[in-house]
Amino acid sequence: MNLKLTIGWLYASKMNIYGDRGNVIALRRRAEWRGIPVEVQEIGMGEPIPSDVDLFFWGGGQDQEQVAVADDLQGAKGEALRSAVADGAAMLAVCGGYQLLGHEYRPHAAEPLPGIGLFDATSIAGPERFIGNVVVESRWGELVGFENHSGLTTLGPSVEPMGRVRVGRGNNGRDGTEGAIYRNAVGCYLHGSLLPKNPVLADWLVARALERRHGFVDLPALPDDMEHAAHSSAVQRSILTR
Amino acid sequence: MVRSSLPRDARLIAALAAAKATGAAIRGLGRGGGTAAPGLVAERIDPRLLDKIARRLPQGTVVVAGTNGKTTVSRMLADILLANGSRVAHNRSGSNLMRGVASAFASQADLMGSPRADIGVIESDEAAFPEIVRRVQPSVVLLNNLFRDQLDRYGELDTIASQWAPALRSLPAEAIVVVNADDPTLATITDGIGARRVTFGLDDNNPSFLLTEVPHAADAKTCRHCGRDLAYDRLYSAHLGAWRCPGCGAERPPLDFAGRSIVLDGVDALRLEVSLPEGAEGALSLQLMIPGLYNAYNAVAATAVARTLDVPQQTIARALRGYRSAFGRIERVTYRGRSLTLALVKNPVGFNETLRMLTVATGGLTVPTLIAINDLAADGRDVSWLWDVDFEMLSQGSAPLFTTGIRGADMANRLKYAGVPAERIRPLPVDLASGLDAFVDCLPDGATGYVLLTYTALLGLRQALANRGAVDHFWEQ
Repeated sequence: MNLKLTIGWLYASKMNIYGDRGNVIALRRRAEWRGIPVEVQEIGMGEPIPSDVDLFFWGGGQDQEQVAVADDLQGAKGEALRSAVADGAAMLAVCGGYQLLGHEYRPHAAEPLPGIGLFDATSIAGPERFIGNVVVESRWGELVGFENHSGLTTLGPSVEPMGRVRVGRGNNGRDGTEGAIYRNAVGCYLHGSLLPKNPVLADWLVARALERRHGFVDLPALPDDMEHAAHSSAVQRSILTR
Repeated sequence: MVRSSLPRDARLIAALAAAKATGAAIRGLGRGGGTAAPGLVAERIDPRLLDKIARRLPQGTVVVAGTNGKTTVSRMLADILLANGSRVAHNRSGSNLMRGVASAFASQADLMGSPRADIGVIESDEAAFPEIVRRVQPSVVLLNNLFRDQLDRYGELDTIASQWAPALRSLPAEAIVVVNADDPTLATITDGIGARRVTFGLDDNNPSFLLTEVPHAADAKTCRHCGRDLAYDRLYSAHLGAWRCPGCGAERPPLDFAGRSIVLDGVDALRLEVSLPEGAEGALSLQLMIPGLYNAYNAVAATAVARTLDVPQQTIARALRGYRSAFGRIERVTYRGRSLTLALVKNPVGFNETLRMLTVATGGLTVPTLIAINDLAADGRDVSWLWDVDFEMLSQGSAPLFTTGIRGADMANRLKYAGVPAERIRPLPVDLASGLDAFVDCLPDGATGYVLLTYTALLGLRQALANRGAVDHFWEQ
């Protein structure tokens, strides 16, 4: 079987603050360490969604950039992204990307930004900024990251949360949820380069992405000592600094 | 500014007495340098202390701001002004929030509030800049660069730029803004201000200093007027260079002071020429005992401000030749018979420039290196910035990389994903003193090691070295 992983990095040059590119680095390395070749395609403004993408990544951005991107996704491009996910493509979207995958994002004193409704979720700018380490209990076990957002996201009935926050504020600081999962797409507020120190989630995304074209894929285990050390020191810091 | 017939100001006098007593008490207890607390105490008593002292300085105040290099440039500038015979009030310890500036100025005024100085030099924190400008009414502002830094503390680059813009517009026509025109954000927010603008930057075609693509860590990639991606005729570092917008035609303004003919001498020294707006006088040759392209920028910045203040060229060259690096900015320490080179790393652009300096001459890292990463408030709680640094530069070369500090494990993991072979990555205990000793144990007697540290890791490590008699306390420098 000739496996190959194609990663589509949405708005790579405009939305990639807070070390979000570490997620793409982690996906690439973890596939390559298993002998699976990887191609990363950047999908910029005005460029269509390529049909051969197995795994989408979308990071956070500054406000100004979010406005331009929201506009770019309306119409055929957003539709192509929705149907790829409906067809089983894997996706990780963080912060700004996560918000624009919902129905809409309402900033403070500006027009609402339309999303593409991939997640049944709505976000609104809140009065306070949530900044700090986050620990989430999820189906992948304990995930650890760093949140830095003022948007408050409320999930609708047809989407499940990525998990429940043990440390940190999460989607909205009220209901204890963090992130959203729809099919093989995961959205969340966890920066801090989530995947390098949460390798279980990274491998889940790689496996789901490959399965869509290649059927069941058994990813051999990797020596993850450094990942686990980074994970547990981050969890310790989260508890100490909460 | 008029100094004669100052009215007695009872509130200011009480505040100064309290500041001086607090500073003396802290140093007397051996609790540190007392660089911030006196200002905090004094400002409780007289919230306008800084404003009052600054306005009594006969030659006014220079405010130095920017993400990187502000400690170095303000120290260079203070040295130049001292060499020129001026008495300088300066927050030299690098305590650059409002209270640190107030502490420094309180300690450099007499008990009646008359400054024992002719001119002020204030190194300003990015977030404190608008308030410092409003309060001291500077005669000169130096804007060195603006990069992504500690997003959890400062917010996004746009936020800082939009806070700076009104402060800059508020300056009167007689004020001077000296700006790094190679930085598209700074060039744009100083365009059309009422104050006089003086520009500086680099004009060097040596291909070894030129980047072929805008690095990941650069933020200001798009035109602030029209949103198009900027293009570069020459790109030196991050988003600094000869930029232009293919969309609306905006471009780097002409340089009044341009650094050129730069020669870098590894981690030791550099030379360059600075072309001067006077034209006929030609260029000023500078030799510095500090390394790296980023220090070429710092030297051009200090020269531009000093010439604007009419300091003679040869005084500038002499003061810069005698300049030695500030606390932790490439500092050499001998410890247990090994020679350690310490370098502060605090954000992606600065870290990239340091790595470039350590690897460019040798094509990879050849000296064993310890990286100490903390995540306390002054470092930034969020260590995700490590993923914006191009550690991939370290994947070539043979030297081992050791990690320590509170988030040393994140650092080791980052190196792994940068493609550094596992056998070159050596995680050490998180405690800095133990980490340092374990690192030194791995260096042969007489060997050299590099130590790269975030801010509080540098403080902690220097404390450990000071306790063992290897370095002075930083407030004694």
